[in-house]
Amino acid sequence: MEDAPSDNQPLRILIADDSDSDRLILKTLLRRLGHKVLDAANGAEAVELFRQASPQIVLLDALMPRMDGMEAARQIKTLAGERLVPLIFLTSLSDADALARCLEAGGDDFLTKPYNRVIIEAKINAFNRMRLMHETLSHQRDLIHEQNRKLTEEQEIAKRVFENVAHTGCLDAASIRHHASPMSIFNGDILFACPRPDGGIQLLIGDFTGHGLPAAIGAMPVAEIFYGMTSKGFSASDVLREINQKLKRILPSGMFCCAALIQADFALNQIQVWNGGLPDGWVIRTAAEPVQLPSAHLPLGVLDATRFNAAMTILKTCPGDTLLFMTDGVMETRNAGGDMFGDNGVAAALRGIKDGETPFDAVMGRLHEFSGGLLEQDDLTLVTLEMADGAALEGLSDRLQLSALEGPAEWRCTYQIRDRTLGQFSPLPLLLHICMEVPGLRRRSGEIYILLSELYTNALEHGILGLPSEWKSTAEGFGRYYEEREKRLNEIEEHFIKFSLTHSMTDYGGRLVVVCEDSGRGFDFHKHGQPPEAGRGYAGRGLMLLHRLAGPLTFRERGNHVEIVYDWHFSEAGKSENPAVTKSGVSHE
Amino acid sequence: MNDRPHLDEEALAELQDVMENEFDVLIQTYISDSAERVSALRTALEAGDADALAKTAHSFKGSSINIGAPRLGALCMDVEDAGRAGRLADAGPMLDRVESEFRQVQEMLESFMVD
Repeated sequence: MEDAPSDNQPLRILIADDSDSDRLILKTLLRRLGHKVLDAANGAEAVELFRQASPQIVLLDALMPRMDGMEAARQIKTLAGERLVPLIFLTSLSDADALARCLEAGGDDFLTKPYNRVIIEAKINAFNRMRLMHETLSHQRDLIHEQNRKLTEEQEIAKRVFENVAHTGCLDAASIRHHASPMSIFNGDILFACPRPDGGIQLLIGDFTGHGLPAAIGAMPVAEIFYGMTSKGFSASDVLREINQKLKRILPSGMFCCAALIQADFALNQIQVWNGGLPDGWVIRTAAEPVQLPSAHLPLGVLDATRFNAAMTILKTCPGDTLLFMTDGVMETRNAGGDMFGDNGVAAALRGIKDGETPFDAVMGRLHEFSGGLLEQDDLTLVTLEMADGAALEGLSDRLQLSALEGPAEWRCTYQIRDRTLGQFSPLPLLLHICMEVPGLRRRSGEIYILLSELYTNALEHGILGLPSEWKSTAEGFGRYYEEREKRLNEIEEHFIKFSLTHSMTDYGGRLVVVCEDSGRGFDFHKHGQPPEAGRGYAGRGLMLLHRLAGPLTFRERGNHVEIVYDWHFSEAGKSENPAVTKSGVSHE
Repeated sequence: MNDRPHLDEEALAELQDVMENEFDVLIQTYISDSAERVSALRTALEAGDADALAKTAHSFKGSSINIGAPRLGALCMDVEDAGRAGRLADAGPMLDRVESEFRQVQEMLESFMVD
């Protein structure tokens, strides 16, 4: 609308003076300076001309008939709105009060009579510079507003994309309580939870260095890896290694992700924890003192794969125990005096838990109190997970989408892992993946996983490593069991575990036969063939689980050759509540 | 009491420079405007309208100063002040002086134009 800002352009100048001779002088003067002049003989005319021609500078006589200069000035300033239109009073007034009234009415300066050509030119130029500067500023302000609007809009869109990829998974599960700001992703905080095929939960809480979009970018691959691998049955260590390697590769140096990964197994009532750089986690026990879980590793994305340590701390829990983790924002919350909440704040909150209060409410309550109700930091994430009996998530398999493609029906495969690999690699995701190619099995991934993992764990821990399952029943024995497991794994030589999977179609559905052989000494299965007694070789739990899922096991040779037959029905292929399994040996109608 | 010159020759020369061909138009405009103002002043005084007297005197003062007639400007200011203060009795003699000064200025300006 306005002319492009430039110092030498002719201006449209409005002058208003009731004296014809004065007007003539001024008009001639300004024209000779190269400007375009509009002239009015009174205030009303001046306002009308201003409305029509929107001049850039206005010169007004203060005292005029038919609306004096002051009233005209007020109306012109209103019409100009946000535009700066310099308004100079032409006056022979001499008393200070009258001059002050002119400025109050919106005048920017005076020109006194007699007119002086040099002063008029200087003032017009000075005010034009001011006008141009104002125009530039307004323009830049509008640009900034527009940029800001766009940025906010983009963030909204980015947030939606993030939410699709880095969705919160099963954070809504009954066993989980959490606090996370909706925009926390832009401060680099992440909180994901995903069910495992065996009914457990994996939980990832983290905090990227830095703020804003750069900090948020890393959340995308982390979410992809975390959800993808967890739901396929990969262990927490495998997930960690993969995330670490990815972040190490994509993040610029100096940027990393402090994180904790928790794998909760409700059936076994145990948790595995890895804390790399986050504040201490806690296990709040129903029947004992809380246990602190300090960071034992460098954050994700710092070390290369060869130096990265994904060893999990394994803890036995009881139903009702609660795990608590948080990001730095909790530690750094300040009170009015500028003190930080810190570990002491968390410890005090946990000591002060009232009857019936959850650790989550206790810490959040204390945090609110501490911050004086100003708990608005965006980068503050807190999560608790309660270990409850039967907290296992049902219906995970229902969430998986069935592939439209027909899968293989008649097949057989054998997979054997040997020696060092036994201690380094879990074949379970791979075997599960092979089974999931069969559409009829896809909805049963949980059961198949449990089946495979029970066979594998038993073959490895009892068959090859010879660990007695009784150890796990006491707290001391529990620690010893896992220490010994680690030690013996490192010493494995000349051992193997071999899986043979055979799938074939039946009249009513399909049959998966799983044979698991190991190179261990075996055991006397004739004595321990039936549940519920706990055999030397098989833990009672594992045996019962397998029995429930697939009926009796067939032991062969010296007890190190186990066969399971898992039948499934077409008619119940879509259901997941009741195992659609025809138990081996039970005739089918 | 008023030792300002009738005409400010320097100011007039500058005006002449600025106005070029329109200088004569300016002078004629000023003279006809001023003649109207002199009679307006007289009317206001006779009507006892102090406000109109002050306002007209103010405008007259401004244009006189601008045209380069400082003494007439100063005399107009006396009338303006008297009008503003409501001293209409004092304004009569002042107005006489304004009228006679205007006649003088008019004569001088006309001769200026002829030059």
